[in-house]
Amino acid sequence: MENTVKQIVEKYNTNRNRLMDMLIDIQESEGYISRDAIATLSQLLEMSQADVEQTLSFYHFFSTKPRGKYAVYLNNSPVAYMFGREAIKEAFEKSAGVRFGEVTSDGKIGLFDTACIGMNDQEPAAIINNMVFTRLTPYRVRELVKMMKEDKPIEELRKESFGDGKNYLPSLRSMVSSNIRRKGMILSDDYHFGTVLREKLPTLSPEGVIGEIKHSAIRGRGGAGFPTGLKWEFCRRAKGDKHYVVCNADEGEPGTFKDRVILTEKPELVFEGMALAGYAIGGEEGILYIRYEYRYMKDYLEEVLHKMRKEGLLGTNISGIEGFNFDIRIQFGAGAYVCGEESALLESLEGKRGEPRDKPPFPVERGYLGYPTIINNVETFATAVRIVQNGGEWFTQFGTDDSTGTKILSISGDCMFPGVYEVNWGFNVEDMLDMVGAYDVQAVQVGGPSGTLIGPDEFHRTLGYSDLSTGGSMIIFGKQRNLLRDVVVNFMEFFIDESCGSCSTCRNMTQVMNNKLKKILAGKGVANDLKDLKEWGRVLNASRCGLGQTAANPIISSLKNFRPLYEALLQKDKDFDEGFDLEKSVQASCSYVGRVPVFNHH
Amino acid sequence: MIRNPLEAILNSNKREEKTMSKPVVATTSLAGCFGCHMSLLDIDERILTLIELVEFNKSPVDDIKTFTKAVDIGLIEGGVCNSENVEVLKSFRKHCKILVSVGECAIMGGLPALRNGIPVEECLHEAYIGGPTVQLNKDGIMPNDDELPMLLDKVYPCHEIVKIDYFLPGCPPRADLIWDALVALVTGDPMKLPYEVVKFD
Repeated sequence: MENTVKQIVEKYNTNRNRLMDMLIDIQESEGYISRDAIATLSQLLEMSQADVEQTLSFYHFFSTKPRGKYAVYLNNSPVAYMFGREAIKEAFEKSAGVRFGEVTSDGKIGLFDTACIGMNDQEPAAIINNMVFTRLTPYRVRELVKMMKEDKPIEELRKESFGDGKNYLPSLRSMVSSNIRRKGMILSDDYHFGTVLREKLPTLSPEGVIGEIKHSAIRGRGGAGFPTGLKWEFCRRAKGDKHYVVCNADEGEPGTFKDRVILTEKPELVFEGMALAGYAIGGEEGILYIRYEYRYMKDYLEEVLHKMRKEGLLGTNISGIEGFNFDIRIQFGAGAYVCGEESALLESLEGKRGEPRDKPPFPVERGYLGYPTIINNVETFATAVRIVQNGGEWFTQFGTDDSTGTKILSISGDCMFPGVYEVNWGFNVEDMLDMVGAYDVQAVQVGGPSGTLIGPDEFHRTLGYSDLSTGGSMIIFGKQRNLLRDVVVNFMEFFIDESCGSCSTCRNMTQVMNNKLKKILAGKGVANDLKDLKEWGRVLNASRCGLGQTAANPIISSLKNFRPLYEALLQKDKDFDEGFDLEKSVQASCSYVGRVPVFNHH
Repeated sequence: MIRNPLEAILNSNKREEKTMSKPVVATTSLAGCFGCHMSLLDIDERILTLIELVEFNKSPVDDIKTFTKAVDIGLIEGGVCNSENVEVLKSFRKHCKILVSVGECAIMGGLPALRNGIPVEECLHEAYIGGPTVQLNKDGIMPNDDELPMLLDKVYPCHEIVKIDYFLPGCPPRADLIWDALVALVTGDPMKLPYEVVKFD
């Protein structure tokens, strides 16, 4: 073990900032990260063990205990439940003989829950040893477990055909489907990769590139919608010995999977966009920060980068432009939603806990390792290439005045054709539902759990930064769904799990509000509870980052748009109900100390 | 010279002593450390004003053990960790017109609520069997006498047991905050809430 750790540390030049990579490598080679491994790591890196452990304990794919020869991570998002997760869970537990959260006594199979793995259009899905298994059925689960018990190599567990699109490629060989249902400028096949780097850049100055991006009026595709051209300009102007380009492929918002599809089908476009950004801001290094759930794409993406280097699209003096040097490395996360927040992402890139930083300074001034850094979404980089290819003016013909261009939507839930749709901004929800074949719709979750839950009254609204802003996640819920019990509680528990714990507002209020919601669901609610929920929700605004500020949105937005669902559960005849049951709450302690509970004793 | 509104009332009360009865206050400490009561005492010489202005009923301040009359303001320190706390808190609710959660433990469970993430069985085991300081308990005796309060599965904030009207945050809330709140409740004037006193924990 000690030698393994030593080799791994050397592989990353004993650089503390690469702690994430080291921990991932140890986890993958040993199956877990032992106390001894932590001790060796801290010694070699000259860090305290506590420093190693605080990073380690932050990410849920890291473990200090063995997770089994086959570690099964079953997604627990609402859509997984809608498509039979309960039955899948039961099949796993029954055939493996252990419960979720445990490992079989022979150390072979471990079963674990995990948040949305970016496969919402092909649920139920699980990750087993970094390989994604989609569209699970109980029969398939029994078959998988049988093969695991027989120690079959993980590759042999694949009985399905490969997914569509490029998923069949030898370096990918995945059963994931891209499910592209509608193509626009990004997903279309009419762009020849490298054209912009080879033909456009020699004719354009960095300022010229930024000018086109600014003219296009494109705003960030990750969800926050900051004008991309401005971001690049600020970063170019910021003083620093180095400038960094970071691509945010953390895509942790439940219900989003479009970045996975872009990176599967058009990785060259994304990497070209990063190089283009490097040229614009004067940076030579790019980092793709990608969520660990997409680990199965590692070899494939490395191969694409390798090919681009060979073709001269990455490297030194690209396209013969003197001094235009740029290369990209891939950094994996390890399971933390908050790392999609750009400053938390930077912390994670530096090998630390993914806790958001105080702002200002913004990353464009002081980002990765303190250098000026731009962080953009996968889709933004891909779009930038088409903008520079055709000019900012061309781009403005798509979409609306305040939301130019196209948006790739990840649509899932109760509809005929879940998948990825590239549409012009300004699309309205009604058309969207008709486009995907969604009938008897009760609600649409726009922009994921941190976004808004809307009902039919608002289906006339349009997608755009001034109306319904979205990073692309669209989850459709049919009339048959219990929104509060099956969706809102699930989302709240997601936020409770994913809070980094730094601000007390997001750490505590999510719990307190979820408890209140559960009390209402248990039939113990009163009118005042709704008032409390509404008022307490405002407290979340005091949180440091976007996650914290929106962590109560599942309750706030369902309370705003689906108030009758709440009101129907309230007790009409009471104005206060504690929801507290004395007899139940003393049961455990009394039976442990061996006494019969006595009430009204005094 | 009149230094604060309470003294103003006090003075007017003195004039009408015969006709007006003093507001009645009760206090208790549930699963708390009495730190909030200490903070109440920290109002220094104003305590003299206070006892002239209000009458204390059930409270450790005057050692009255049970309610003897209807109470206007009940101050609760501490969260709810056992069946006795539940009973006391419910009797406060029954007897008090206004109930105030004073301090972190009453509002959020506070330090005692650190056990909430641990099953109560494990807590009892650590306290009476497995802990390093329990060597003398060789027979593994557990507190199971009927006279003892029964431990709850977790520590609850007061508002999850009864309706609470007001919350005074802090660990403990500053003496001035408690004083200002009492003044506001007695006078009916709105309470000044400067930025510094509004905090989450």
